[in-house]
Amino acid sequence: MNSTPKGPVNPDMAADLIRQSARVLAEAIKSGEVSAREVTQAHLDRIGAVDERVHAFLHVDTDAALAHADRVDVKRAAGEQLGDLAGVPLALKDILAMKGVPTTCGSKILQGWLPPYDSTIVERLRAADIIILGKTNMDEFAMGSSTEYSAYGPSHNPWDLNRIPGGSGGGSAAAVAAFEAPLAIGTDTGGSIRQPAALTGTVGVKPTYGSVSRYGLVALASSLDQAGPCARTVLDAAYLHSVIAGHDPHDSTSINAAVPDVVAAAMKADVRGLRIGLVKQLSGAGYQPGVLQRFNEAVDVLAQLGAEIVEVDCPHFDEAMSAYYLILPSECSSNLARFDGMRYGLRVQDGGDAGVETVMADTREMGFGPEVKRRIMLGTYALSSGYYDAYYGQAQKIRTLIIEDFTRAFGQVDVLVSPTTPTTAFPLGEKVDDPLAMYLNDIATIPVNLAGNCALSLPIGLSPADGLPVGLQVMAPTMADDRLYLVGAALESALFDRWGHLLIEEAPAL
Amino acid sequence: MSSAHNHVTTTVSFDEALTRYDPVIGLEVHVELGTASKMFCACSTEFGAPPNTQVCPVCLALPGAMPVINAKAVESIIRMGLALHCSIATWCRMARKNYFYPDMPKNFQISQYDEPICTDGWLDVLVPNEDGSTELVRVEIERVHLEEDTGKLTHAGGATGRIHGADYSLVDYNRAGIPLVEIVTKPITGTAALAPAVAKAYVAELRDIMRDLGVSDVKMEEGSLRCDANLSLNIPGDAWGTRTETKNVNSLRSVERAVRSEIERQAAVLDKGGVIRQETRHFHEDTGVTTPGRSKEEAEDYRYFPEPDLVPIAPDPAWVEKLRASIPQQPSLRRAGLATAWGISAFDMESLVNAGVLALVEAAVADGVAPDTARKWWAGELLRQANDRGVPPQELAVTGADILRVDELIATGALNDQLARQVFDGVLLGEGSVDDVVAARGLGVVTDETELLAAIDQALADQPEVAEKIRAGKIAAAGAIVGGVMKATRGRADASRVRELILSRCEVSG
Ligand SMILES: [Zn+2]
Repeated sequence: MNSTPKGPVNPDMAADLIRQSARVLAEAIKSGEVSAREVTQAHLDRIGAVDERVHAFLHVDTDAALAHADRVDVKRAAGEQLGDLAGVPLALKDILAMKGVPTTCGSKILQGWLPPYDSTIVERLRAADIIILGKTNMDEFAMGSSTEYSAYGPSHNPWDLNRIPGGSGGGSAAAVAAFEAPLAIGTDTGGSIRQPAALTGTVGVKPTYGSVSRYGLVALASSLDQAGPCARTVLDAAYLHSVIAGHDPHDSTSINAAVPDVVAAAMKADVRGLRIGLVKQLSGAGYQPGVLQRFNEAVDVLAQLGAEIVEVDCPHFDEAMSAYYLILPSECSSNLARFDGMRYGLRVQDGGDAGVETVMADTREMGFGPEVKRRIMLGTYALSSGYYDAYYGQAQKIRTLIIEDFTRAFGQVDVLVSPTTPTTAFPLGEKVDDPLAMYLNDIATIPVNLAGNCALSLPIGLSPADGLPVGLQVMAPTMADDRLYLVGAALESALFDRWGHLLIEEAPAL
Repeated sequence: MSSAHNHVTTTVSFDEALTRYDPVIGLEVHVELGTASKMFCACSTEFGAPPNTQVCPVCLALPGAMPVINAKAVESIIRMGLALHCSIATWCRMARKNYFYPDMPKNFQISQYDEPICTDGWLDVLVPNEDGSTELVRVEIERVHLEEDTGKLTHAGGATGRIHGADYSLVDYNRAGIPLVEIVTKPITGTAALAPAVAKAYVAELRDIMRDLGVSDVKMEEGSLRCDANLSLNIPGDAWGTRTETKNVNSLRSVERAVRSEIERQAAVLDKGGVIRQETRHFHEDTGVTTPGRSKEEAEDYRYFPEPDLVPIAPDPAWVEKLRASIPQQPSLRRAGLATAWGISAFDMESLVNAGVLALVEAAVADGVAPDTARKWWAGELLRQANDRGVPPQELAVTGADILRVDELIATGALNDQLARQVFDGVLLGEGSVDDVVAARGLGVVTDETELLAAIDQALADQPEVAEKIRAGKIAAAGAIVGGVMKATRGRADASRVRELILSRCEVSG
């Protein structure tokens, strides 16, 4: 197979900088063809031009981004060794602490809070000389699948501004899809990287739980949360993955083992001889025909590339949604207890003599939106004495059964595939008052979070029904993240050959 | 609700109470570990620093911060568990105890719930009877678990010093996250009138064990050892009564007084046909009585669940065995052995312990000093010297060799006790060795009888009427002349020899 990956490589750097891949930009900066400042400025200009309509960003850190870009240019001029992504701009989900930069988690309750410390991911991005442009919009505390639960208004899907870009990391996906940044960081608790990637025609990866540090990631559900890369190509995602992954002594749940060579896997892009499993439970009823059509075509492409396709049974995946909506609210009810107006963020104190309980209650009443309150109440109930065994305890048992389903499946096949989402992007407002319908959008992505293994979503075409992007999800075993890239890059390359361009190039001009 | 529920002020006498009721006690002791850093972060645990100077994102619970367990704290609690003859779990988890209170920055405490690290131990304590004899009582330990301390609240204004009614409250998070060990006994029954003494002896023994293990400074006055005492009464043969939990018991004496006073109070309630409410009570050092606090009937549901930000604790059994081999003998049993070896009473041993010189006596004995001699000096002159200098006795620069040398000089008649005090004074002032001080200060006993006789003649001449009495056979009068000689020789004379010489000088026989 091809050792040089295909992608939107435009040899003429006079062409629009914002449409280049991260790797092309990094090489151009390294060679001196273009400066990091020019690249950063081009993206800041793009944000200025389109973000009023897309609303991917909650905060743009113009001065710091340009200052960092200048430092990269100085380094290059001094002949210093530059990293593989040095000088490339990135959009950071607003759930990751960044020193001195507003970090709201899409919530009113953290309005005005300036973290006094950097998350480990931000430290690693800085060390790699990746330019952080700003913080992206998200559903409040990452609870939601559309960004409509952001306290700061929704983001819009660049394919159709009247539709949602997915969530919770809709801002990060929209920024990448709208060419506001070639790279972004998202976090994925039940699909918050993969679902927006699928709905915006971009690539998103949820790495193995514990392979990317959670230190500085504001916790939604500690046992499910995992940060990961967003990009327009599989190879770009692999490079970003290799920057952020690795052991961190500040995160006890961080895995102390070598990160699989995801970049090499993306470059290899070869599925010959691989056994690929189709999960029986992640298809059929509830999935739009247009989504299934593109999915089946993509599976055919994988077969043509030399993979062996096998159907596998994961019977407990049907229970994943129920287990997830007990475990997540339970952990979140506890994780979000610290937002009480006592130490940081919003503090509601009506009248000088309000007691501590009143201040805490009023602050939480005013500071949290409806979905956050809904899940805190669910979790508080599920953990209550007398209900724990029936709810949280049972959910943990289902979790174990789902892990066993995966283990059995990966005994038969190397990777599993499914549609990333049951539908394409839905119109703004359609599901905002119907939480259950909203939850169902994550039905295919949740099992991986419960089991802690890894998955990647990549675009596989436009649904014939509505002309909107469809994503395919590749799932691999724990710490076998390289397989995601092996398969993802092979499929991406084959589709590129077929179309002559990346799918994102078909997005309407903004 | 009967009126007996409320503030009963009348009590029956302790002795009378025990004629009708059997007490059941239970003790929960919290020990702050003396680790250099906190339970889950690198902050210092030093006592007394200015408020909120020993804090970081982790112990302030800033969004995104994550705990990392202190390995030294785990080692300390395992050593404590081993000293208390507990089983050590091979796998256990920390748990979140959820409740809102402003001294707890996360609004949950990381503690242990149904998987404590140490379980099912026991401790034999020597309890003094009223007649001076001692009784060995076995206290069974239910569990020893690890948790973190809370911050410290100071309530300003208002009448009660409690949070309700205060004008404002200040929070110091220096203490938040300091490792805390909770040691819980099983119900202690059958102790009757000894109950208060058992409680005191148990806490004292725990304190000594912690000190011996070097895991805590166990200073009750600084709050590094705190005790809650549970107590219930029942008519002999009946089922156990309802228990109360008395908090604020912050000295050994208070442990004894609190149990005693609660026995008297409960007996008075029961005598009147009243009902004991299950409640928390506060002990008041000044009045020696307990008053009601929060009722357990309105107790909170802590919604415990396993801490998802920490991996399970799984101590290597080989390491645990290594720790077990390093556990010193239990202090009271070791002391009992020493008392037998030295031929002293339990009372004498206790006075050595209370004076804080037991270790010094032991060290001197190890250096070859006779036990009686070592005790005589350390419990007497050297302790006085320490007190005069305002330093703890272990800081005195006196070695076993010094005591040995002084003892030799006394045995040969070269020093007497009076002179020996001056010798130690010189040694402590850094004037050199025992022999150096004797030489430099001229402290040898006068053995030259010519010099002594000259002093005697002078004294007889100074007090002629006394001399007459002696010559007339009133031997008792010789004391005045001995005093004069001792004064003239600055104590350097052997008083009994002087007396002999006076009598022969006056030609009377003793
Ligand atoms: Zn700290």
